[in-house]
Amino acid sequence: MSHKSFVWLCLLPLAVVTTAFFLLPMARLVVTGAEGPQGLAGYLAILTEPRYRASLINTVLLAAATTAATLAIATVAGMFLQRHRFPGRAVLIAMLTFPLAFPGVVVGFLVILLAGRQGLIGDISSRLFEEKLVFAYSIYGLFLGYLYFSIPRVILTIMAAVQKLDVGLEEAARSLGAGPWAVQRDVVLPALGPAFVASGAIAFATAMGAFGTAFTLATNIDVLPMLIYTEFTLAANFATSAALSVGLGLITWAMLALARSFSGSSVAAAG
Amino acid sequence: MRYRLIFTGQLLFTLMVAAFLVVPAMLSISAGVTVNYFRGISSGVTLQWVFQVWDLYAGTILLSFVIAAATLAVTLVVGVPSAYALHVRGGRLSRVVEEIITLPLAIPGLAIALGLLFTYQGFGGFRRSWLFILSGHVIFTMPFMVRSVMAVFGSVDIKTLDEGAASLGASPWRRFRDVIVPNAAPGILAGSLMVVTLSLGEFNLTWMLHTPLTKTLPIGLADSYASMRLEVASAYTLVFFVMIIPLLIAMQMFADREQRR
Repeated sequence: MSHKSFVWLCLLPLAVVTTAFFLLPMARLVVTGAEGPQGLAGYLAILTEPRYRASLINTVLLAAATTAATLAIATVAGMFLQRHRFPGRAVLIAMLTFPLAFPGVVVGFLVILLAGRQGLIGDISSRLFEEKLVFAYSIYGLFLGYLYFSIPRVILTIMAAVQKLDVGLEEAARSLGAGPWAVQRDVVLPALGPAFVASGAIAFATAMGAFGTAFTLATNIDVLPMLIYTEFTLAANFATSAALSVGLGLITWAMLALARSFSGSSVAAAG
Repeated sequence: MRYRLIFTGQLLFTLMVAAFLVVPAMLSISAGVTVNYFRGISSGVTLQWVFQVWDLYAGTILLSFVIAAATLAVTLVVGVPSAYALHVRGGRLSRVVEEIITLPLAIPGLAIALGLLFTYQGFGGFRRSWLFILSGHVIFTMPFMVRSVMAVFGSVDIKTLDEGAASLGASPWRRFRDVIVPNAAPGILAGSLMVVTLSLGEFNLTWMLHTPLTKTLPIGLADSYASMRLEVASAYTLVFFVMIIPLLIAMQMFADREQRR
């Protein structure tokens, strides 16, 4: 057997598996999306139907809020951990990155332990202010959950970017009379720009598409993945669920393509 | 003085973030071995919930291991040769193929699962068996195996080794077995750890693809969160942590060792 045909043979199993279990199903999904009573116009329903549009806006707002909060938190903590050496630093880094592979359902349960009916936050607040704070089963609980699994991912990217920063630039700015805030604002943060875009897009796409956390917290939280799920299982509205998931897939794919054009690597949108 | 103040402030903030991540996991672990969570750990420590989880959900734990092992086997057999072919061939076609197999990471599992359901709903036997879940896991984890192996090929000069062995008269298959695979070992190991970890914890696809007879561990977890008392749900989560944390630590140690090279 020639070298060339061996190489082709090596690719054959991948071609079969990918076609059968990914390309074909994706094509089927796109076709199903147009098989509803409205035909191709079913794809526009995500924008024109008020209920779907509200859900889309909700999901985008939640993902944007998650991204902004995660970036702010991860930048402060990541910069601190990368710039200082102190005893216990390695343990702290390990603590900040270990939830990386937790599935969304587990994160949902942890949010319930934190902010649910028997949760820690409710316990503390009822002792301090005589009022039990319970918000796990709402969009705020979902926000807390997305924060939980976005922080480890983003912190790793930020730490790697801070490590590559040229300390000389900051020293130069300082020697020219810039104060600590000016150095951060005009030198450090702009240099971290690409890392912000890359990790922010990943956090955004993950928060848009995640399903497990919302599923654990409550089935009536109005976000796109839950809407798709209820349309499919409860309403048996196959065409709508297909059209909505194609729309959702396009959004998350576009966000990650954007991230990759900035950083050259991609990370899973799991959860 | 000013420096100390900034340092302390940042340290406190970072500690708070770490507490946010660690405290809920600790709560879950402690609840799983507490007699009565409502009354607190003073009510006593017990393993009864863990045993109850085993009675109720042993099947899900075993099925998760079976599916993780099968996913690993398929990604190895399919992924390693294709990583080699994609690297050797190079060019535009390889980039397109790599792009396509990476797409499942960018598309929510829910969408992929719906596509699989619409495509294979007519194939009852396949639809009802655990192989249906396997197909989803393979698609979702394949890019990690292929990319991890390709990353190693990028750092060792595999083409020269391959050509050297060819000039000595080795057949393509022998070269693959005796030269390519041993050289790719670090990538294969890193990819395998990732594949098993992801498969054990996969929920989004699995929830849509499972049947009452093919429940995996994360499906059982969701089930226990919805219907069991908090102690049982926590004990089940504890079982999951015990399975997944050694894998995470192994992955971390492996990454550190690679970085030091």
